[in-house]
Amino acid sequence: MTVNGTAQDHDVEPRTLLVQYLREACALTGTKVGCDTSSCGACTVLLDNESVKSCTMLAAQADGASVTTIEGLADGDNWHPVQTAFHENHGLQCGYCTAGMVMAAVSLLDEIPNPTEKDVRLGLEGNLCRCTGYHNIVKSVLAAAQKMQDAK
Amino acid sequence: MIPAAFDYVRADSADHAIALIGEHGEDAKFLAGGMSLLPLMKLRLATPSVLVDVGRVRDLSYVRDAGDHLAIGALTRHRDLETSDVLAKECGVLRAVAAQVGDNQVRHRGTIGGSVAHGDPASDLPAALLALDATFVAHGPKGERQIAATDFFRGFLETALAPDELLGEIRVRKTGASGFAYEKFNRRAQDWAIVGAVAARVNGGTHVALVNMGATPLRATAVETALSQGASPEEAAREAAVGTDAPSDLNASPEYRAHLAQVLVRRALEAC
Repeated sequence: MTVNGTAQDHDVEPRTLLVQYLREACALTGTKVGCDTSSCGACTVLLDNESVKSCTMLAAQADGASVTTIEGLADGDNWHPVQTAFHENHGLQCGYCTAGMVMAAVSLLDEIPNPTEKDVRLGLEGNLCRCTGYHNIVKSVLAAAQKMQDAK
Repeated sequence: MIPAAFDYVRADSADHAIALIGEHGEDAKFLAGGMSLLPLMKLRLATPSVLVDVGRVRDLSYVRDAGDHLAIGALTRHRDLETSDVLAKECGVLRAVAAQVGDNQVRHRGTIGGSVAHGDPASDLPAALLALDATFVAHGPKGERQIAATDFFRGFLETALAPDELLGEIRVRKTGASGFAYEKFNRRAQDWAIVGAVAARVNGGTHVALVNMGATPLRATAVETALSQGASPEEAAREAAVGTDAPSDLNASPEYRAHLAQVLVRRALEAC
């Protein structure tokens, strides 16, 4: 598969989960394992540009696909607008859910470029923040949407 | 949590998938999006020896207007249902219910056929398909057969599909863009329904189906009968728990679920 634009080729056991593959075989530990039961969304990555929970997917299912993790989002030293917006709006507290939140937000803005607050809250329902920092997370995503629209 | 070890094979087509499952015997399972099966395997509640991955059989992913009905490929993802223009026009209820399944990430992977074949009474789509009098087309080594929704759901996580049969297509009536409601009750976003009620106008009548009120999705036949005899939504909804066998779990007792069913059916009927 291609991970963050780089071809990756490993022999793995069939039962290897995508998140395990990314963290252990590819050494990309930005993607977190939270609940490990596809509830919390901390492990969210993009599979062919759509958000998926990498704890509930086999690495083998992503064979040949293009995977983007939090490490692959920035363009060199330039953060992705969603990353910048989380930084500027204090869209995180402990940070554990952040990688998943950012990836889910990127996918959401790809599908709904100009979302309402309700769209954002519904669109991020698969991501839990145990610090309950949702208010600033939603603010961050709305700010990112605005910036991305302005840049067009 | 890591699933127990298994072998993995990938099917290129429906025929290939059926050949592979025949080759590997009854301990083999089909894997579509994996949104139901993989969590069970991670909890080791399911330990298939072989997974036949049908996730790339792209010719089973479609929503087609087939004249007097709609034909939906079993591997059509929830995401593709919730954004389908054909469904928006011809079967709005299915589109709306698909949009309530899990969360975005789940809908990007999960498929209608996977949800149906898993046969979980707490799932959203099986009840909607029951309300729509869907027909399920199964492909097996002896060819294809059609199964009516009323005969399909047999018990908890148990369907009429034989182990070597692959669900290929789901056929539903055209019910139009409006005239439906889905009331899903849960306490947290993205959770399974504690109870759900689908109401849809079909062929001049009103069909009602219940989520999580028994071992299988159920038609609320007593409600439908009352409506056909002229009962108001409020009167008919009082019959919502008749013939059900609601489960008891951490979320709700059977009595509470019976009450919820009546409230949700009333709301669905009033909005339908």
